[in-house]
Amino acid sequence: MRIRLTVNGERRAGDAWGGESLLSFLRERLDLPGSKNACEQGECGSCSVLLDGVLVCSCLVLAAQADGHEVVTVEGLGGADGLHPVQEAFVAAGAVQCGFCTPGLVVATAALLERSPSPTDDEIREALSGNLCRCTGYAKIFDAVRMAAE
Amino acid sequence: MSQLVERRLARGQIGESVRREDAVPKVTGEFAYASDLSASGMLWGDTVRSPHAHARIRSVHVAAALALPGVHAVLLHEDVPGRKTYGLEFPDQPVLASDRARYHGEAVAVVAAEEPEQARRAAAAVAVEYEPLDAIDDPERATEMPPLHPDRPTMGHGFRDDPRPNVVRHIVIRHGDPETRGDVCVEGVYELGSQDQAFLGPESGLAVPDGEGGVDVYVATQWLHVDRDQVAPCLGLAPEQVRIHLGGVGGAFGGREDLSMQIHGAMLALHTGRPVKMVYDREESFVGHVHRHPAKIWLEHRATREGRLVCVRARILIDGGAYASSSAAVISNAASFAAGPYRVDHALIDGTAVYTNNPPCGAMRGFGAVQTCFAAEAQMDRLAAELGIDPVELRLRNALGPGDTLPTGQVLTGSLPTAEVIRRAAAIPVPDPEPLPREPIRLPGGAGNTTRGEGVRRGVGFAVGFKNICFSEGFDDSCAARVILRADGGAEVHCAAAEVGQGVAGVILQVARTELGTDDIVLGSHTTASVGSAGSSSASRMTWMAAGAVRDACRAALAERDRRGGADVDVERVHRHPPTTPLDPETGQVTGERAHVALAVAAMRVVVEVDVDLGLSRVVWIGTVQDVGRAVNPAAVEGQIEGGIAQGLGLALMEEILTHEGRILNASFTDYLIPTALDMPPVAIELIEDPEPDAPYGVKGVGEPPTVVSTAAIAAALRDATGLPLYRVPVRPEHIALR
Ligand code: FES
Ligand code: FES
Repeated sequence: MRIRLTVNGERRAGDAWGGESLLSFLRERLDLPGSKNACEQGECGSCSVLLDGVLVCSCLVLAAQADGHEVVTVEGLGGADGLHPVQEAFVAAGAVQCGFCTPGLVVATAALLERSPSPTDDEIREALSGNLCRCTGYAKIFDAVRMAAE
Repeated sequence: MSQLVERRLARGQIGESVRREDAVPKVTGEFAYASDLSASGMLWGDTVRSPHAHARIRSVHVAAALALPGVHAVLLHEDVPGRKTYGLEFPDQPVLASDRARYHGEAVAVVAAEEPEQARRAAAAVAVEYEPLDAIDDPERATEMPPLHPDRPTMGHGFRDDPRPNVVRHIVIRHGDPETRGDVCVEGVYELGSQDQAFLGPESGLAVPDGEGGVDVYVATQWLHVDRDQVAPCLGLAPEQVRIHLGGVGGAFGGREDLSMQIHGAMLALHTGRPVKMVYDREESFVGHVHRHPAKIWLEHRATREGRLVCVRARILIDGGAYASSSAAVISNAASFAAGPYRVDHALIDGTAVYTNNPPCGAMRGFGAVQTCFAAEAQMDRLAAELGIDPVELRLRNALGPGDTLPTGQVLTGSLPTAEVIRRAAAIPVPDPEPLPREPIRLPGGAGNTTRGEGVRRGVGFAVGFKNICFSEGFDDSCAARVILRADGGAEVHCAAAEVGQGVAGVILQVARTELGTDDIVLGSHTTASVGSAGSSSASRMTWMAAGAVRDACRAALAERDRRGGADVDVERVHRHPPTTPLDPETGQVTGERAHVALAVAAMRVVVEVDVDLGLSRVVWIGTVQDVGRAVNPAAVEGQIEGGIAQGLGLALMEEILTHEGRILNASFTDYLIPTALDMPPVAIELIEDPEPDAPYGVKGVGEPPTVVSTAAIAAALRDATGLPLYRVPVRPEHIALR
């Protein structure tokens, strides 16, 4: 089936099979592999994107459901003129090791700061609890979020 | 400009908290992981795996799968072009099973198709007729069961000869007079479940035929050259016809030491003449790689009334699963460290790794030391209680240091500041209890809102753990690096050290900047094509080995340039750490100066809160002091410690591969939980820089000690909070409440 949507501000289209997830559609059809697949079950948050401004796990959304909607992926967060402040903070805080969780965490953090510009530590933990990271123990990720909030 | 001034100008030298070069591409999504690679004309591979833990394979029918749309190949055991088996240390594992499957998830066939979904359907359409056999699922009875490997592939390699069936390796360490009795004795039996590495980036790779009979494999791995040396014989190719290149790696933690898709993908690529990509999903990742060995440990500690350890007796059983992988080295480590970082003149340590039909086990961060640290530290606390001595004081009285002797007879010559690590960890102030009422998210049970604080008890625990750095027991452990100096002053550094997220690429650059005095340095891609073996990104060895190799190559390159008076130079150097020697197979005593080249130690203090009515636990705070030799990149060292603790916390509280008759029951992140942002406490870290005399710049590896010590320290805090003995990890709610 033909899917038409806006991704990172651009009109895009591609063919998907009926059961195809938005994650697979972005990665394999639109050549946007920034969103990661670490579980395909909504458990890890590595595939997080914004769908009409709302944080979702793109592995749990069908490509068909995104037809006609607007998607922002990690590739589109920063815009043409450089890094998004959250991306800058992740680099500066040393919050990246293997980085497989990073695209999802960056998108989730951007969504958090959008709705709560100065989150408490509890809020940060709760907001990011759906994004697994196996490398960092989260400490430097929390540093990055606090840094980006400033 | 003089060389001296130039050197000072190069930023990002050793000792600085340098930002990772790959951080920007990783935050923008541009960084290419192995699962992100593609090539034109690429097919997708998939693997048919045994649903049984143990079965005879009666027949395999491929016609239906081959007839499906888009399918290009279905390959079986007989299609393996070269050697039919492979293995990290012993080639005992079939590339594809022939007549017998020995574990749930064992690969039986591989397929390639145009689309991933077509490949999945083709795999499902391969008709394998199995005759299920009884699974050997009880490691304690494995040595009485019919052999899974009648040809005994691990025997005759200098290990103790053990005629029992299903023994991977039996090691006995006999030191002093193990019959020596002290004034007091404490005994305990401890158990650890099997843990998964659970790296976030599942196994993946791309195999590309070169059109001349050879193949290039781009893969997420920990050791490029040892992959090549396993892949090439199975393909019937010469080593140089197989080039392994590092695809971006989404974490490793030991789980990528054994092969995953390398041979399978290369077979499909060579057979179809097209690039083939294989990406495991999470379930396949869980069943498709080795795990941390589950263990059962019997310990007896004998001491004087003054609290001096006299004799430690141990029996250790680890379950290696169906194939050898690195079980022989894991049991050796477990036995070597069974007494903890303490002086003890008399010991009898008996360790066995067995084959079973349970999920195969191999390397995971901490590698044998995690298991015995948990048991030995519990024993030290029990001994302290028995003697009425403060547990920290008891540890200090016995702390191992330079000049002391390990139970293997090895006299410690390098750095091991155990007493200082203990003293400083015990001095980190523990935060006061947080008053009630408080946000439920900061109570056991968290957002589940299960308590308002009634039934919540606080506990404080302490533990010390140590582990070897680099490979041991006579392994010829080396790392190559190549440095090219251009006439324009710039440099290129090649090293095949696998960057798995730990930051070795940064270490290589820091060393090169330090030695060459310039920051105009390019790091070549990690590949077998341009430089010799780096050895494995494991055993906390890569920083030491890569630093040594890059330093040596840089110095040789500068000398060569001076000699030639300025022309382009291109030199390669191989670094080796001081040699180690095997243990005597009968006595477990060193046959030379040392079996381990160096050791690192960490101590940890942990505060927990436990809702004793519901059995729910929360780690509130952790303070740790770690001996790091020299911190090449202090911020990255902290990151390793924080991440290592998270994995130890997982094993202490929640992570376990559950099986029934050898079959994994929880192969998903829904059922196998790893710590989230809500589970990790704040961590206070102090580093001790006591340079390792035999290491370049005095460095030690830093990745494993935090994982080794944290499971033990958290368990100690849980015991303090609950008053329960808690002999097993992970500690589940039912071990605390509702028993
Ligand atoms: S891949 Fe979507 S939540 Fe894990
Ligand atoms: S940095 Fe590796 S999973 Fe988060």
